[in-house]
Amino acid sequence: MKIDIVGKRYWWFALSLVFILPGLFSIVTEGLKLGIDFTGGTIWELQMSRPVEPAQVDAVLGQFGYGDALVQTSQNNGIIIRMKELKEGSDTKAQISNALTAKFGATKELEFQAVGPSLGVEIRNRAMVAIVLASIGVLIYIAYAFRNTQNPILYGIAAIIAMLHDVTILVGIFSILGWVSGVEVDSLFVTAVLTVIGFSVHDTIVVFDRIRENLGHRAGRSFEEVVNYSVVQTVVRSLNTSLTVVFTLVALYLFGGESTRWFVFALLIGIICGTYSSIFNASQVLVVWENREIHRFIARLRGGLQRQATTRV
Amino acid sequence: MRGFRWNTWYTFAFIVLLTLSAAWIDIPGDRIDPFGWKQHVFVHQGLDLQGGLQVVLQAKPAPGQSVSSGTLQGTLTTIKRRVNGLGVSEPLVQTRGSDQIVVELPGVDNPANAVKVLQQTALLEIIDPKGQQLAPGTVVTTNLGGPENVNGAATPGATPGATPGATPGATPAAGTTGATPAPTGPVYQTIVTGADLKDAFPTTDNIGQLVVGFTLKSSAADKFYQFTSSHLNQPMSIVIDKTVISSPTIQGAIRDSGQISGVPATQVNDLALQLKSGALAVPLEVIQSQVVGPTLGQDSIDKSIIAGIAGLAIVGLFMILFYRLPGVMSVFALLIYTALVFALFQLIPVTLTLAGIAGFILSIGMAVDANVLIFARLKEELRMGHPVRRAVDAGFDHAWPSIRDSNISTMITSAILFWFGRYTGASIIQGFALTLFVGVSVSMFTAITVTRTFLRLLLSQTWIHNHWWFGVEATSMPLPNPREAAGD
Repeated sequence: MKIDIVGKRYWWFALSLVFILPGLFSIVTEGLKLGIDFTGGTIWELQMSRPVEPAQVDAVLGQFGYGDALVQTSQNNGIIIRMKELKEGSDTKAQISNALTAKFGATKELEFQAVGPSLGVEIRNRAMVAIVLASIGVLIYIAYAFRNTQNPILYGIAAIIAMLHDVTILVGIFSILGWVSGVEVDSLFVTAVLTVIGFSVHDTIVVFDRIRENLGHRAGRSFEEVVNYSVVQTVVRSLNTSLTVVFTLVALYLFGGESTRWFVFALLIGIICGTYSSIFNASQVLVVWENREIHRFIARLRGGLQRQATTRV
Repeated sequence: MRGFRWNTWYTFAFIVLLTLSAAWIDIPGDRIDPFGWKQHVFVHQGLDLQGGLQVVLQAKPAPGQSVSSGTLQGTLTTIKRRVNGLGVSEPLVQTRGSDQIVVELPGVDNPANAVKVLQQTALLEIIDPKGQQLAPGTVVTTNLGGPENVNGAATPGATPGATPGATPGATPAAGTTGATPAPTGPVYQTIVTGADLKDAFPTTDNIGQLVVGFTLKSSAADKFYQFTSSHLNQPMSIVIDKTVISSPTIQGAIRDSGQISGVPATQVNDLALQLKSGALAVPLEVIQSQVVGPTLGQDSIDKSIIAGIAGLAIVGLFMILFYRLPGVMSVFALLIYTALVFALFQLIPVTLTLAGIAGFILSIGMAVDANVLIFARLKEELRMGHPVRRAVDAGFDHAWPSIRDSNISTMITSAILFWFGRYTGASIIQGFALTLFVGVSVSMFTAITVTRTFLRLLLSQTWIHNHWWFGVEATSMPLPNPREAAGD
């Protein structure tokens, strides 16, 4: 039985596009719903001693110039207030607290988070830099680790393409979740993205290592055959590694705390994508390059255009 | 007996020793700790687990001025002193960038008050109230300025009393700013300021009453002696930010150390702290804060422990079902891994946050990756018809480059995460990055050395050479392999 994973590469690329394009479209048109880490603002979670209507809380906030706040209720008489920055330790905060207590009885502060607008911009920039730095660091390392192959940079670039594939799908899904169910992107999300970058490359390298090893004794086989053989050899391992990680993440998703749920969800998506791209995309990119398929495609395109041009004249 | 088996026994003994020490560190309580060695070794919980306050303060110098690194360090010292005064068990105070200070106060009771204490740009003055008993709360004007320029007065250059003979009636320069009308009350003479103070502390006087003790720098001692000796049995007033907080009566001439009595017992600590903190070098603005209630944290810990046990159990079950005997070895390795990592967290120490615990549980899944790689190789070698002993060694040797290369890429990203984490509210993301880094490093040791040693020790048993133990049918045909096709 011969399993051909590499031969059907354009089908796998097409499947990836099916997942990438909607997300990419959403990123371009809607962007991401940024949390207060990036925009500045306040999230204030309080536990009230009796059920309250969001509108009543809104009215109290309005008296202090925070009328545009978004108030939600949560379990056990909890309320979550989202509003523009309210400084901890400020008189306004004390006044609002007192006013809420006066109107609704004793309150307990469960969580309070406030970020100034300028810091938000700084965190946003740092996040970008971190992602770019991680990509460059990984590229350099792969080029070094594969320095004995014919084309070390190619391995690096293929790994980066697979990684961008994973990150794009992940960010795309969160962009869609943003306007569909209001999921916000925070610094934990950036952490998830960076972890996915690490995992994606981790997974890809294992396959590449096998290609490198098998190329050493290829015995007249074509590059494509060797790559396909290597992918088939490592596929069980790729699936098993991911499965063990997916198991732990599912356990975290089901039993872990509320506050890390979206973080775990992001990791789950990233790791599933990472496994897919390391089996179905990364090595295939090597083959596409090695067979000069893009060159030929462009040449054919150009030839076609020239033919068109000549017939038209 | 071949030589390598002795080495394997040594490695085995080392692993057992290491595991026992880790277990000893991990097991809570001091029943097995007769010498008190574990006193300073414990799990450091992040803010999101034990509740508390995290706040980022930004220096806001007056327009036209910039914050030098010296000023920031000075401010840091002041903040640290104030934080110590708050009596929080494991505070964290550090500078960030060129003009920010990050403060984490786990388990603090009253976050709003704590922020106020940190932020105060207090200028402490001891003034001559001209014989009056100024009540606490009275707002005064001194020869260093009135209440309208409280923030301006906090600049470090304001050395008071440099002109002891200044005419008491001198109009304060600040009156010309016109922001608020200058009070028309009398202008009091400042004797010493916070800059002259060496230390202040709660203590008891000779009749056992709680009082605030203080010592002055030698440069100010003469000046203070002069004043106190000529104003015996008259009041002096302690003023912070132009507001009188206490007006004790001078009961003796004081040169460089004295006591303030008559302060209500509940306020002694606060007053000592306020005195000691002196003035902040620059005003600070809160640009980021996070308060987590303690109940939320405990709930998260309970949930994470359940998730961790569930994760460990599923991964273990999977490994055993899929890889049989080597799978059992990898489960032992995984348990040793968990014990070692948890011990390292306490020793380094790594502050455990929710994200960090998630990273730890995630790393359990990743820790078996090296085993999966090795065992997959082992199965391949067995299918090729190699004997068990050779297959075990080949499995480990061939899998090593992949394990090394792939783990280094994870280490690179976790190092960058650590850098990024510093700018997004300190410990939460850094905790995750450190956890991942430690996890990956330790997993390389446990997955390789531990499983290899265990398997090698078992090789002396005859039953192990049955391929069933490895999930490979003894009669299975070798798969086509390019190496064999090449006559390798």
